[in-house]
Amino acid sequence: MTRVSSGPAYLNEGGLAQIEAALRDLRVAAPVTLLPDTLVAAGLADQYTSLHTLVGPVFVAWNGRGVSALTLAEDPAVFETRFRAEFARPISRGRAIPDQLGRAIQSRLAGDRLVKVPVDWRGRTSFEQAVWKKALEIPAGEVRPYSWIAREIGHPKAVRAVGTALARNPIPLVIPCHRVVRADGHIGEYGLGGPTNKRAILAAEGVDIGSLEQMAQSGMRYLGSDTTRIFCLPTCRHARRITLRHRVSFPSEMGAQAAGYRACKVCRPAVAA
Amino acid sequence: MDDQLPMLLGRDLDAAFERLVREHQARVFSIALRLTGNASDAEEVAQDVFMRAYRALGEYPPERIRELRLRPWLATIAVNLGRNRFRRHRPATTDLDDIARSRAGDLAAGDRDTPHHEVARRESTAHWQRLISALPDRYRVPLVLRYVDDLTFTEMSEVLGQPLGTLKAQVYRGLRLLRAAHDSTERKELSA
Repeated sequence: MTRVSSGPAYLNEGGLAQIEAALRDLRVAAPVTLLPDTLVAAGLADQYTSLHTLVGPVFVAWNGRGVSALTLAEDPAVFETRFRAEFARPISRGRAIPDQLGRAIQSRLAGDRLVKVPVDWRGRTSFEQAVWKKALEIPAGEVRPYSWIAREIGHPKAVRAVGTALARNPIPLVIPCHRVVRADGHIGEYGLGGPTNKRAILAAEGVDIGSLEQMAQSGMRYLGSDTTRIFCLPTCRHARRITLRHRVSFPSEMGAQAAGYRACKVCRPAVAA
Repeated sequence: MDDQLPMLLGRDLDAAFERLVREHQARVFSIALRLTGNASDAEEVAQDVFMRAYRALGEYPPERIRELRLRPWLATIAVNLGRNRFRRHRPATTDLDDIARSRAGDLAAGDRDTPHHEVARRESTAHWQRLISALPDRYRVPLVLRYVDDLTFTEMSEVLGQPLGTLKAQVYRGLRLLRAAHDSTERKELSA
């Protein structure tokens, strides 16, 4: 076995010092993108870009954990300032949204609620997350009252807190908080540009807002079928299939149940028996 | 450089992580580049190294982080990932006999307007990169750690899990192999 010393003597043997110097010259500086990209991947910084949506251009921010914010695009500087104030993280304009994430967001905006969009949930309470995840269960073209979310997540009395959580939704459209409306027929507030935008998005998804409001104004909340004796929330896909001559309206769950109707197991207007 | 950083990482990982990347990015990228032989692969590997480090540090108790020797620890991750990437995307040019023929091709059309010394430097880098890429792992990795990353033999022993004597022999043999390959290409160029 060849014994080798660690001192410089063996390196000078046969001109090896020249090789050593050539190898040392192979050290290079890191690319300028490595640090910012690594911080974004770790979720310690975010990038953003603008996307075109039904309600106009929006800014979408993301990091390695998922989408972190979505808001109307007024001015990049204003957006960056607000983002830093809310999230206390650096943000910069990204070259482009990562392909997979971009495709998932576009699918979600197009109404596909089942496509997986990673979301950065840090700093959000478990209650808020439960509210937003429940809102994701509402299909495009349908709406649910705030009280429905409250009951579904096991906090039937926390209707006002559900409203607050939905108002704090950091990624509207991706989490479809616009599909949650007031039980009294009012469309309700909307963080992404107010009720006008909410109305426009729901109409584009196929919700007949006029009929919904008209029904609520007449005091009716549920629709039933006298053939199946099942009652639903008015925008439930099963309610929309009931023909006019078999359609029955109810002002309350108790009224429907007293008439011998059971709750739909799809839209769950009440705790199904 | 490493003195305070482990303590800061143990105290507040998110606050100190940027400093970790800033201080070690050049050496991690250099190891990755010299092991993979490809800049875009190297950037991905380097980012992966830091992400793995971040996730690991997130799970280690603060006392373990404080005791970490960051240079060999990061080098260990970089070697493992760089070596795997190299095996998956091994550069086509591994035959030392091809080197002389391909050296002329280094001077691409884009280099025409570049100052002569810069072109020469690029050519030299490409030449040595090819020679290193053609070496077997057992010589290539110790040479990169010893000369590109400037690790001590003790640190290399920590990274590669091999005795000092073995590593010194591998470095020595690796240097001699490089010398022979380099001389061979020089002779071929002269006779061409």
